[in-house]
Amino acid sequence: MIEFEEVSYGYGGTGPLLSDINLKLAPGSFHFLTGPSGAGKTTLIKLCYGALVPTQGRAVLFDQDVRQMSRDDIAETRRKVGVVHQDVQFLDHLTLAENVALPLTVSGRATEMQDLGDLLGWVGLTGQVEARPPELSGGERQRAALARAVIMSPEVILADEPTGNVDWDMSQRLLKLLIELNRMGKTVLIATHDMNLIRAAKAQVQARVLRISDHRVQLAGADL
Amino acid sequence: MNRFLAPILALLSVDTQADRVVPPTGFTARLTVFASGAMAFLAVFALALSLATGRLAEQWSDALAQSATIRVAAPEGQVDQQVLAVMEILQTTPGVADARVLTDDEQRALLEPWFGPDLPVETLPIPRLIEIIEDGDGFDPEGLRQRLAGEAPGAILDDHSRWREPLVRAAGRLRLLGGVSIALIALTTAAMITLAANAALAANDQVIHVLRLVGARDRYIAGAFVRRFTLRAFAGAAIGMLAGLLAILLLPSADVGGGFLTGLGFRGWHWLLPLLIPPLAAIVAFLATRQAANTTLRELT
Repeated sequence: MIEFEEVSYGYGGTGPLLSDINLKLAPGSFHFLTGPSGAGKTTLIKLCYGALVPTQGRAVLFDQDVRQMSRDDIAETRRKVGVVHQDVQFLDHLTLAENVALPLTVSGRATEMQDLGDLLGWVGLTGQVEARPPELSGGERQRAALARAVIMSPEVILADEPTGNVDWDMSQRLLKLLIELNRMGKTVLIATHDMNLIRAAKAQVQARVLRISDHRVQLAGADL
Repeated sequence: MNRFLAPILALLSVDTQADRVVPPTGFTARLTVFASGAMAFLAVFALALSLATGRLAEQWSDALAQSATIRVAAPEGQVDQQVLAVMEILQTTPGVADARVLTDDEQRALLEPWFGPDLPVETLPIPRLIEIIEDGDGFDPEGLRQRLAGEAPGAILDDHSRWREPLVRAAGRLRLLGGVSIALIALTTAAMITLAANAALAANDQVIHVLRLVGARDRYIAGAFVRRFTLRAFAGAAIGMLAGLLAILLLPSADVGGGFLTGLGFRGWHWLLPLLIPPLAAIVAFLATRQAANTTLRELT
């Protein structure tokens, strides 16, 4: 599904931020990615959906080497990967419902209003359908981003610090939704430095924890 | 052909959803409509100027092409004899419809602007002038010159070619100048729209980022901008063209005394030519915005 072989990435000028990364996200797996700020968690997430191309090594997304992919191929890949970033970005001139349905709009698919209503109900945003993004709270924006990430029924969900701007209760609520998605068979990768969140998740789901340390990804576990 | 038509047909098909994903940006919208309108207004005048000057030069050229003059300058006492000889030659020359000797009054009128009204033409050794009106095909000037040289050596044929050639050349140059002006207007429109499109793309950097994140193809993103700018350019050019036509309609009507300035305008089917300006402006905007969008999207990670 997503596989890295000896992948390195650097932004130029300095040495590589990530070095010799070997990673395989199997279908239906649940991973946490942790490490200190600036370790390269967001960079690794971006490599996972083709926003960045490795400076060395081989990244395979859905059986295609990312270097061989055209821009259209990468766009197509992003429809199979739902992404939630910490700084959730919406189109402020559209309503919440239009923002959530945006992946369907850009792929030319019709929006089933019943399905959209169900999805907004699942993330608890039924009352904010017509609201504009600036009118939403941090937690509501994160839940809306999650709804947008899953509306295309992607095979992989990538969440980059999804609970970074919300309180503990909202973190638990988001985690519950992500675990539900994993139980539906989706592959989930969450980048976070919140150890409490990881511990809470491990109590509910079988999750592997990957730690970025010294530019490399290592399997963590015993210390959690 | 299909490769060229396909994007235009796709452009014309209304996609309100795609249009909505890019927020309306007031500044670039106004700049595009204004630039297209102003350029279309100028294009109407460049077109009118080109057509009018070409028409006027052709009229002068045609008028001179249908006539010629023979100047008879002979020693005193031989003038009338040579004039008669020339008239006999002209009567048997194919291509000459009519020929007549200018009267003293007519010659005095021709010289009046330089010498005043009291010139004693009859007492001065002024050559006699014979006006020739040609028929449809005209005469052979070289053949006539040879006959005149043999039978009336004091007669010199002036077929106006030395006057006509510069006018024909001027007509060509003026048409070229009109074409160059219209091309410059098109290039300026393209440059202005490229600037406006780049400004809109830069202002919507965040929108492009979000659209890419959710799987939008570059073609889809570029299309939303291209469609918007093309329609704005078309609307602006249509307004500018109508204003230009109205301004030309309000010019004083052509009359003999008005000369060149009152002849500025369109005649007959030429009134339809400005209708091409809005579609051409739309094509220019389409190409300029598509180029700008593709370049920007290629550069964005």
